[in-house]
Amino acid sequence: MRVQRAAWALVTPALLVIGVFFFLPVLAALLVSLTDFDLYALADIRNLRFIGLANYWHLLQSPAFWQALANTAYFVAAGVPLSLFASLAAALLVNARLARFSALFRTTLFAPVVTTLVAVAVVWRYLLHTRYGVLNYALAQIGVHPIDWLGDPHWAMPAIILFAVWKNFGYNMIIFLAALQSIPADLYEAARLDGANGWQEFRHITLPSLAATLLLVSILTMAGYFQLFAEPYVMTQGGPMQSTVSVLYFMYEEGFKWWNLGSASAVAFLLFLLILAITALQLRVTRRAEAA
Amino acid sequence: MKPRAAAILLHALLIALAVGTAFPLLWMLSVSLMPAGEASAFPPPLLPSHATLANYRELFGREGIGRYFFNSVVLASLATVLSLMFNSTAGYAFAKLRFAGRERIFRTLLAALVIPAQVAMLPLFLLLKWLGLVNTYAGVVVPGMAGIFGIFLVRQYALTIPDELLEAARIDGAGEARIFFAIVLPVLKPILVTLAIFTFLGTWNDFMWPLIVLTDQDLYTLPIALAVLSREHVQDNELMMAGSVLTVLPVLALFLALQRYYIRGILVGSVKG
Repeated sequence: MRVQRAAWALVTPALLVIGVFFFLPVLAALLVSLTDFDLYALADIRNLRFIGLANYWHLLQSPAFWQALANTAYFVAAGVPLSLFASLAAALLVNARLARFSALFRTTLFAPVVTTLVAVAVVWRYLLHTRYGVLNYALAQIGVHPIDWLGDPHWAMPAIILFAVWKNFGYNMIIFLAALQSIPADLYEAARLDGANGWQEFRHITLPSLAATLLLVSILTMAGYFQLFAEPYVMTQGGPMQSTVSVLYFMYEEGFKWWNLGSASAVAFLLFLLILAITALQLRVTRRAEAA
Repeated sequence: MKPRAAAILLHALLIALAVGTAFPLLWMLSVSLMPAGEASAFPPPLLPSHATLANYRELFGREGIGRYFFNSVVLASLATVLSLMFNSTAGYAFAKLRFAGRERIFRTLLAALVIPAQVAMLPLFLLLKWLGLVNTYAGVVVPGMAGIFGIFLVRQYALTIPDELLEAARIDGAGEARIFFAIVLPVLKPILVTLAIFTFLGTWNDFMWPLIVLTDQDLYTLPIALAVLSREHVQDNELMMAGSVLTVLPVLALFLALQRYYIRGILVGSVKG
């Protein structure tokens, strides 16, 4: 069949690329994570030994790995709700019936999303500077003493979260805006005829209409935030006192600084399983809530 | 609340949010024009006492940032062209051409979207090392030539092409290649612009993969060079802001010019779940 042949000619190049440069490495990662692949194996593959689940076992006993996991969990648990809140608030403001220049506001609020992470992280490092930073200057005006944002183990992660929310909230704002605009206007008309106030409209029309979008956006944002890497790499180098070492940062150092590729692959798989488990949990909780 | 008071409050909030969001970017621009040392003062100055391009001159002169700029432009353009070629063909075939196993393959691809790219990174590095592609332009762009998201994007759009259009062309005796180039590609143009801008921005902004695969300083992209530079020049705020401006400005300009297409990509992506 002519069409059949043409179809294969068109999909094969792409499938080959994805197969060789994605599926194959993913499978290889699983195998490598069961070996002691290190600098010696890199030099001579005959030094490679199969060690079963030992990499996973060692990781689960390593305080440094648990610290990286806890740091990442902190970033996700605080960062995702804050980001979603900022996105939704921005979308509601831009979408308000009375709002003018909506397009201009939308573009401005979205701008940080397209900027280069490394470049704006450098900018924020300066904004957060203990002595010359604008943030501390602004806080000084309301009587707050200078905070050593990136040098104090208690403040480094909150500073990175603040930065991430600024960088990312515009993305979900766009998705929320589209969802808000698809809510039928007569729902609001009817509510107003019934004498509902703004809060009641939001609580009984807007929020329920956004439920599916909220779930999707929270899953995607959560998966993205678990992949924290460049922010600590540029802003804190994992410090102070390892307080901003994320799981991927840990994997990067394990793999490309110490060349423990077996152990680093195990880190990657544990992260993947964690994301998968939390996504499944989110779906399940939502389904149960919908059923109730 | 009176409608007038509500409108004033609403716009006050919007303006505060917009100013707060834009401030880091505007200030980056302002500080990049300050003479060396001026930004290290308290209170931090908002505008340069006299604007100067000295920081940019130093970046292009002593720090040789032109080289990194060139690398970023070449890599992002190369990645864009390759992604258009591989994904437009596959996306169209998945949408409009019947072949054995089509649905199953497509479902497998979609399911694989949940695997974070970083899982593949370590063996991918070994594979490229074995192929001799570490420390080359090809090492950066080859693994991303085709992507699941790109195929999905094109497919969703290609689904709207009417089958009658393709059938009529076949009855007229047009070959499949001719149909693709003469009929399908022109119809796909808007989504190809979306794919192009996504790929260009994604490659330009990418950090982790080029950091791993490029160790030769002459091949660094702007983000890598900037990260290295910022570790060497911790105190030179004005210089670093100029470097950030050079990195951010091209993608920001591209986004502003093609905003409509970019937003479309986000919305197609958000219904994949």
